[in-house]
Amino acid sequence: MNEKYIARSKAVAARALGGEMMIMSAADSTLFSLSDVATVIWEAADGCTPLSEIVDKHVCAEFDVPADVAYRDAQQLVEDLAVRGILSISSQPVAETERPAPEAP
Amino acid sequence: MSLMQALNDKALGLGVPLSAHLDVTYRCNERCEHCYLDHDDHGEMTTAEIKDLLHQLADAGAFFLTLSGGEVLMRRDAFEIIEYARSLMFNVKLKTNAVMIREKEAQRLRALGVEQVQISVYSHRPEVHDAITKLPGSLKRTMAAVRLLRAQGLRVNMANVLMRSNRADTEGVQALARELGAHYTLDPTITPMMDGNTSVLRHRVDSSELSSYFHNPDLVGDVESFCAPPTPVDADVLEGLPCSAGHTSCYISPYGDVYPCVQFPLMCGNVRREKFLDIWQHSPQLNEVRAIRLKHLTTCSGCTHAGSCTRCPGLAYMEGNMRGPSSADCEKSFVRTGIVTAGMMAREARPARASGLVQIQL
Repeated sequence: MNEKYIARSKAVAARALGGEMMIMSAADSTLFSLSDVATVIWEAADGCTPLSEIVDKHVCAEFDVPADVAYRDAQQLVEDLAVRGILSISSQPVAETERPAPEAP
Repeated sequence: MSLMQALNDKALGLGVPLSAHLDVTYRCNERCEHCYLDHDDHGEMTTAEIKDLLHQLADAGAFFLTLSGGEVLMRRDAFEIIEYARSLMFNVKLKTNAVMIREKEAQRLRALGVEQVQISVYSHRPEVHDAITKLPGSLKRTMAAVRLLRAQGLRVNMANVLMRSNRADTEGVQALARELGAHYTLDPTITPMMDGNTSVLRHRVDSSELSSYFHNPDLVGDVESFCAPPTPVDADVLEGLPCSAGHTSCYISPYGDVYPCVQFPLMCGNVRREKFLDIWQHSPQLNEVRAIRLKHLTTCSGCTHAGSCTRCPGLAYMEGNMRGPSSADCEKSFVRTGIVTAGMMAREARPARASGLVQIQL
C-alpha cells in the first residue's frame, strides 16, 4: 500500500462551532461544513502522520467502523477535500516548515 | 437555507461571537472629511495584548475577523498581527485605504491567505478623492495598490462612501472596479463621530438625491424588488432581532473597549480589565441589547416597514434611544418605497424643540 500524508491547507479559515468544523476557502470564499468523520481527519491532518494511522487511531477508534471500509472512505474523502483546496495529499511527510499550524480552536 | 445562514443561526443559538471587528489603531495617514474617528493614539493595545485577545476570540468561537482602523497598516506590527490571526485560522478581512500597500505587501497578504481587502475609493478623479482624504496623491497610490492586490489574485472590494462631494462619481468608481475585477459597494451611511459630534452628517446626500441611487439597477440590482412596498408585519417579524450586533458580532477598539458594533458606541467592557468571554457573556449592556426584539421598539414596532427596514440600533442609540428609530434608516425606507415611516410621523408630531433664543414679552 502506498502511504498518503495529508496536511491542512494554510489558505483556509477554520473554526469548530458546536462540534461542527466550518471551513472557508480564501480562494473562492466557499464555506464548507465537515461531517464528524471528516472533522476528525481534518484535525489530524498534520502532514506527517500517515493516513492509515489517522484512520486507525481516530476514525476506527471513535466511530466503530471496520478498518478496510474506513480507509477506503477516508481516501475518497481526502481526495474530495484536496480537490476543494482544503487539504493537500502527498506520498512523503510534509517538510516541517510547510506543516500546518496546530488545529483551530 | 444557505450554509452561511445555518452557521449564523447556530452561532446565535450557541451565543457565539461569530464575527469580530477589531480596530488595531485609530491613527491614519488620511484625514477624510466624513471620518467619525479621533486620530490620536490614546494608548493602543500592544502586540502582545492583541495576540492574547485574538486567542481569546478564537477560543470564544469567532471565525470572521475584520481588521481595520484608522489605517491598519500604520501599525508597524500589522503583518505580525495578521499572520498571528491567520495562524489561529480566522477568516481575515482587511479594511484599508491601501496607500501603504506596495508589491511586497500585496504578496504578503496573498501568502497569508487574507480573504478580502476592502479599500475606500471616493472617486475616479484625483481632485475629488484627494480632496476628501486630504492626502495629495492618495487616489494614485490607492489604485496602484488595487492593481497589485488583484494581480496577486486577492479579492478586493472598492467601498464607495456616498457624500455630497463625490455624488457625481459613483459611475466612475464603478467603472474602475469593473476594469480591475474588483467588487464595488456604495454606502450612503455617514456616521456621527464616536464622541457624539454630528457635524460630519453635513456630508450626507439629500433624500431627493438618494432616490436616484436607490432606483439605479447598476447599484441595487432588481429595482422593483429593492424598492418594493414593505411586506406585512406579523408576529414572527415582531419576535425578530433588530440586527446581529451583540448577538453574533462585536467590535473592539484599539484600546480594548468592547462594543456591540463599530457603529454602536455602547461601552460593554474592556479586555484589559476583563477576559473577553466574561464581557461577551455577562456584560449588562450586551445583555440589554440582546433582550431587544422588534416588538420592543418604541416607534418601529408599529411601523409598516418593520420587517424590511435596515434600521441600525447603533444609529438609533446615537440619536438617544437604542429602542427608537434611526432617522437615517427611516429616510432610506421612505426613499426606497415612497411610504412614510412611523419614525418620520413621530418626528413631525413632536413639538418643535425650543431654540436658544427666548422671547420675552414685556
